[in-house]
Amino acid sequence: MAAFDLNTDSVRDLNQFLHDTSTGMSTVTNPGGRHCIACGVDAPLEVSVEGHVGYYCAGMNKNAAITITGNAGPGVAENIMSGTVRVRGNASQYAGATGHGGTLIIEGDASARCGISMKGVDIVVAGNVGHMSAFLAQKGRLVVCGDAGDFLGDSIYEAQIYVRGKVGELGADCIEKEMTAEHVKELAELLSSTGVEATAGEFRRYGSARKLYNFNIDHADDY
Amino acid sequence: MPMTTDNKTLRPSATFPQHVLDEIHRAADQGIYEIRGFGAKRSLPTFDDLVFLGASMSRYPLEGYREKCATDVVLGTRFAKRPIELKIPITIAGMSFGALGANAKESLGRAATAMGTSTTTGDGGMTEEERQSSEILVYQVLPSRYGLNPDDIRRADALEVVVGQGAKPGGGGMLLGHKITERVASMRDLPQDIDQRSACRHPDWTGPDDLEIKIQELREITDWQIPIYIKVGATRVSYDVALAVKSGADVIVVDGMQGGTAATQDVFIEHVGIPTLPAVRMAVEALQELGMHRKVQLIVSGGIRSGADAAKALALGADAVSIGSAAMVAMGCNRNVFTEDYDAIGTAPGFCHHCHTGRCPVGIATQEPKLEARLQPEQGARWLRNYLSTMVLELQTLTRACGKTHVLNLEPEDLTALTIEAAAMAKVPLAGTDWIPGNNK
Repeated sequence: MAAFDLNTDSVRDLNQFLHDTSTGMSTVTNPGGRHCIACGVDAPLEVSVEGHVGYYCAGMNKNAAITITGNAGPGVAENIMSGTVRVRGNASQYAGATGHGGTLIIEGDASARCGISMKGVDIVVAGNVGHMSAFLAQKGRLVVCGDAGDFLGDSIYEAQIYVRGKVGELGADCIEKEMTAEHVKELAELLSSTGVEATAGEFRRYGSARKLYNFNIDHADDY
Repeated sequence: MPMTTDNKTLRPSATFPQHVLDEIHRAADQGIYEIRGFGAKRSLPTFDDLVFLGASMSRYPLEGYREKCATDVVLGTRFAKRPIELKIPITIAGMSFGALGANAKESLGRAATAMGTSTTTGDGGMTEEERQSSEILVYQVLPSRYGLNPDDIRRADALEVVVGQGAKPGGGGMLLGHKITERVASMRDLPQDIDQRSACRHPDWTGPDDLEIKIQELREITDWQIPIYIKVGATRVSYDVALAVKSGADVIVVDGMQGGTAATQDVFIEHVGIPTLPAVRMAVEALQELGMHRKVQLIVSGGIRSGADAAKALALGADAVSIGSAAMVAMGCNRNVFTEDYDAIGTAPGFCHHCHTGRCPVGIATQEPKLEARLQPEQGARWLRNYLSTMVLELQTLTRACGKTHVLNLEPEDLTALTIEAAAMAKVPLAGTDWIPGNNK
């Protein structure tokens, strides 16, 4: 197991090591809110970051399982391709932005624009999410066990949103959809795989009304 | 007998000329702004308004064709471990697969490679054809992040964070549904046949302080190997260039309002941004003020059409220029062939700006196999290589005439302006005077 203490080791040294390593486990202590920790990892590594991180931690992750025992700054797991990123605290803005695949689990709350432009990632938030979450969301699933702020799913494409708590004003072209037995089953499996305890049947489902897919002047007021 | 009206005796309105009347009628019929391709069509101050002061009694020219006039340029010397080394200071600008067909992208790559220069991806990601045909490929990081992935980031030769482009600073991209084939849709993670609107701002950073960290992330992912460019549409150029330097750019691309687009609102193309001519000068001044001129390299684009345009941009202080529309024209855009197909989309050779329709008569801006087959990569690359070679010869000719052994030795002192506007914008004297409008002398 490799150990990095960011009070003495640099983020550059850490990332270079992670980029040059194909297997194994690494621990990172004293992250101190530093930016870009463990970004660009491209191997089935286990990385445990013990403390708070700054911007873009685990950015563009592929294959690795990265756990942050603390809070995460903006853009955690942005553009994630595969693997798992788990935040044991809260996450700031743009969590999981543009993620293509893999899973992002936030055990606390997520701030605004969680899952913005998501393209296939699964994001499970045990707490609440802020406004404009799943803005322009293309593919994937955003699961919110708490409440969702205003303008949820604004200009959403084919992503699916599940919310258990209250939802503020829905964004443009986002509507509530039927929660079928198939959706309950699918959601239960996702929750189970992430270890987040919640009953799938208590969630409501949201998605695109598909009214804005092709410009139509009669829908101009919807923008 | 019915009366006939002699149109020659009728007085048209200067406020409502025919094209304005037509546009109002079109808007009334369709209820939507005009979306089109190509760049600004209005008349703007351009590099044509500057001329070189060739050598004479006080300057010593170089012999054409005999004395060496170098054209090589290195981009990305500030932080990158592997800067880009170009043989010519003319690069190919970012144009998306989706807007352009695969054959067009491959043609661009082949020609750029043959000339020792770079080509650039666009919205929608990197195609295999493009990577294989381009020895030096710049990979764009755009607000939409369509197709963006770390594998392609790692196999790029440079990254270009696109903040804006000259045709639409402050606006996002648009690819209308009829150009969205299965392959294009798959690369963008979106359904087929829907309008794909690219975001106008990045999803995970806001402002230069964030961008500085974003660039740090990209450098970490690429182990600080490759240069990172920032591209801006020309508006508040002085501020944008200074902030790009602050954000950690190796190279700054400034795209003037003559820059092209595949599909944008006409009102955006014609009414937002500033021309390339003043943008170059403003960018150079901003770099000089920070002591970063030639340390952070400057690429200028937007309506560059000839070796003369390139020479003038370099003389004003750019390190390289980039071409997009002109490269497409070299490959056959608006060529007088397949006239019936121009007619079918309501235009004619010389006037076509119908990239947005996907029905490009010459097979460049299309995803339709029948049309795309009209541009074979070998032929497209040959045309573009010839055109680039011609541009370089023109550039060297003008540089030698000014007595310079390297194109980067051209300087503003080699230029004079033919109009007061150009003198004010480029800050070179009006021809026959020592007057630079705006200077206190």
